[in-house]
Amino acid sequence: MADHKHDAGHAHSEEHFREKHLMLDPLPRGVMNDMVMESMTGKPTWKFWTVVIVLSAIVAYGLVYTWAKMIAEGIGIAGVNRPSYWGIFLVNTVFWIGISHAGTFISAILRVFKAEFRRPFTRAAELMTTFGLVQAGFSVFMHMGRVWLSYWLFPYPNQRMLWPNLHSPLTWDLLAITTYLLSSTMYLFLPLIPDVAMARDRSTGWRKSLYKVLALGFRGTEGEWAHLRNAMNIFAFAIIPVMFSVHTIVSWDFAAATRPGWSSTIFGPYFIVGALHSGMGAAVVVLAVIRSNMKHMNYFIRGEHFDAIGKLMLIISMAWAYFFFNDYMVQWYGGDKWTKQLLHFHEAGPLGWMWFGMLICNIVIPWAILWNAKWRATPWLVSTVGLIINVGMWFERYIIVPISLTINRMPFTWRMYNPGAEIPLGIGTLALFILLYVLASKVIPLIPVWEVQEGQMAHELKKFGRETVVSVSELE
Amino acid sequence: MIRPEEIKMSAEETGKWGMVINQDICTGCQACVAACAMENNVTFVGEEDSGYGRSMHWIRIERFWEGEYPEVKMTPNQPMLCQQCGSAPCEPVCPAFATVHSTAESLNLQVYNRCVGTRYCANNCPYQVRSFNWRDYERPEPLPNQFNPDVTVRRRGVMEKCTFCIQRIHKAQDKAKSEGREVADGEFTTACAQACPANAIVFGRVDNPQSLVSQLAHKGHGVKHLEELGTLPNVTYFKGG
Repeated sequence: MADHKHDAGHAHSEEHFREKHLMLDPLPRGVMNDMVMESMTGKPTWKFWTVVIVLSAIVAYGLVYTWAKMIAEGIGIAGVNRPSYWGIFLVNTVFWIGISHAGTFISAILRVFKAEFRRPFTRAAELMTTFGLVQAGFSVFMHMGRVWLSYWLFPYPNQRMLWPNLHSPLTWDLLAITTYLLSSTMYLFLPLIPDVAMARDRSTGWRKSLYKVLALGFRGTEGEWAHLRNAMNIFAFAIIPVMFSVHTIVSWDFAAATRPGWSSTIFGPYFIVGALHSGMGAAVVVLAVIRSNMKHMNYFIRGEHFDAIGKLMLIISMAWAYFFFNDYMVQWYGGDKWTKQLLHFHEAGPLGWMWFGMLICNIVIPWAILWNAKWRATPWLVSTVGLIINVGMWFERYIIVPISLTINRMPFTWRMYNPGAEIPLGIGTLALFILLYVLASKVIPLIPVWEVQEGQMAHELKKFGRETVVSVSELE
Repeated sequence: MIRPEEIKMSAEETGKWGMVINQDICTGCQACVAACAMENNVTFVGEEDSGYGRSMHWIRIERFWEGEYPEVKMTPNQPMLCQQCGSAPCEPVCPAFATVHSTAESLNLQVYNRCVGTRYCANNCPYQVRSFNWRDYERPEPLPNQFNPDVTVRRRGVMEKCTFCIQRIHKAQDKAKSEGREVADGEFTTACAQACPANAIVFGRVDNPQSLVSQLAHKGHGVKHLEELGTLPNVTYFKGG
C-alpha cells in the first residue's frame, strides 16, 4: 500500500511527469471513484437526449424497418445480384468483426504484456468488442435469404438427425464468432466486477439494484481478488488464440472458395492485421469522443495514451502494407488469367478510385502523420487518422467482396453491383453501435477505476540526487 | 503410353447422367431456355430485375463476339447449365446441407426446403449457373395453370439450379422398373434436349459406353469447361468440329 506524499516544492521535471502520465498523477481513491460515478450518473443533458433520439430514429428506420421489409419482400430490395451474391452485408460483417478485434488486442494482449498505458481504456475497448460483434451478427444474419430458418445452422437435436455441415467455412465462422462473442463478453464482465461493486456502494435506487446483481456480492476480500485475478489471467491468455482464430476463420470464407482473388493462402494473417488496423483506429476515435464529451475524462485519458496507440497504429499500418503487398504480389505472380483480369479491374475498373483510396487511407496518411510524437499526442489528429483508416479498411473489404465477385471465370455473367437496402441497413448497424455505446456510458463505468488505482500504487516518482526517476514495483 | 481404356475411373469421376452440347449447330434460338422454364416452374423475374443480373434461368445461351464494332464476328453460342460436377465446389460450402450430392444418380441436388439462402454455393460455382429467388415474383393468371405438378415451386430466399430434369429421370426409372427392365437409351430426355430444334443437346447415361451421349462424348474433340479446377463436370461441349 502506497499513499505517497510528495514535497510541496518539487522540481519542475516532477510536475512535468505528473502532467503527462496518469500513473504518476495519483488522486485519493475516494475522489477518483466519485469522478467516475459522476461521469456516469450525471444528469443527462439535452445534447445526450438529442443524440439518443436521433440514433434511435436511424436504428428504427435503417435496421428495424428496412430489415423487416427485406424479410417480407425478399433480398431483392438490396443490391446483391449475380455475380455479386454477397454485397455490403459481408463487407460490414468483416468490418465489424475487425472493429471488435481492437478490444481484445488492447485489453488481453496489452494486459498479458503488462503495458501500463492500457489501464484507463481497457473497458472502453472491450465494450467496442462486444458491441461490434453484435453488429457483425446483425450484418451476417440480415444477408440470409430465409433468416427465420437461421437456427438450422446450429447443432440442435432434431428428429431428422440433421446437423450443420461442418465442411462449410460458414459453419466454422458461426462457431468461431459465437465463441468469440461469449468469451469476449465474459472477459468484459470479469474486470467489471470490482467497478460495479464500487458503483453499488455509491448509488441508490434502480442503479443500486442493478449493480447489486452485476457485482455478484463482491466485497473486495483477499480471496475474492485471488479468484478474480485467476479468472482474468485465464481469460486474458485464452482469448488471444480465440481472437486470432476468429478473423482467420472469417478470411477462410473467402480463401477456401475457388474464386480468383479469394483463394489466397495469406488471407488469414492479412485479415487479422487488417482487423487490428481498423480496430485500433476505431478505438482511438471512441477514446477521443469519450474524452471530449464525458466529465473528468481529461484526467483519465491523456495525450500519452493517444501517443501509445498512435505508435501501435503506425506499426500495424506497416504490417498491413506488407501483407497487402505480399497478397497482391503472389496473386499477380501466379499468372492465372482470371486473377490478372481481376487485379487489373481493381485498380483500373470503374471503382479504381476506391483501390487507390484504400492505399492512401491505410498507408500514406497514417505514415505521414503518426511518425511525429507531438502529432501523435494530439487527440483530434490521431482520431481523425483513426477515422480515415476505418474508411480505408472498409474500402479494402468492399474491394474483396463485391468488386472481386464482379469478375469470375464466366465473362458472360460479369456485372457491376449497386447497393440498395444495404445502405440504410449498414447505417442502421453503425447507429446501433453508437447508441449502445452512448447508453452504456450511463450504466457501465467506462474507466476501470481499480486498474488505474492499482497502477498508480505501483508507480512512484523517486529522487536520486537531482534526477527524478519513475520507479515501478511488480504487482501480485 | 497409357491407352484411354486402361484408365480406371471411379464412379464419381465417370458420372452417371451426362450431356453433350454441340455449339456448332446451336442456333441460339432459346427454345431450351423456354422449355426448361416451363418444365421446372422457373419463375419470370420481369424486365427490371432481369436487366440487373437476376434472371432465373437454369440454362442460358451465352453469346460472345470477337473484335470491335462494326468488325464484329460472332463466335458459336454457348448454352450454359449446371455441369453436374462429380466434385462440385458448391457442395461443401453449404452450412445447412441444402446442396448435396446424390450418390444414386451422381447428380448435385438442391434441397429447396433446407436452403437458408446464404448464397455461398452460388459464389463458389465456377460456372455461375445457380439462380437465387431474390423475391416472390408474381405469376399473373393464367400462368399458374401451366405449373408442372412434378416440380416444387420455390419461394423467396431459396437457391435453385438445373437438376437434369430429375423428375423425368425418376418417372422413366419407375416405369422401367414396373415393366421389369432397364431404362433404354433415348427413352426420355431433358426438357432442353427435347425442345432443341437442331438436336444440339444430347442427354443420356455417360457410364454406358453404348449410349449415344457416350459415343459422342468420346469422339475426341469434346471439351469440358473449367476442367482444370478439378470439378469433374458431366457436360461435354463441341466447338469448331
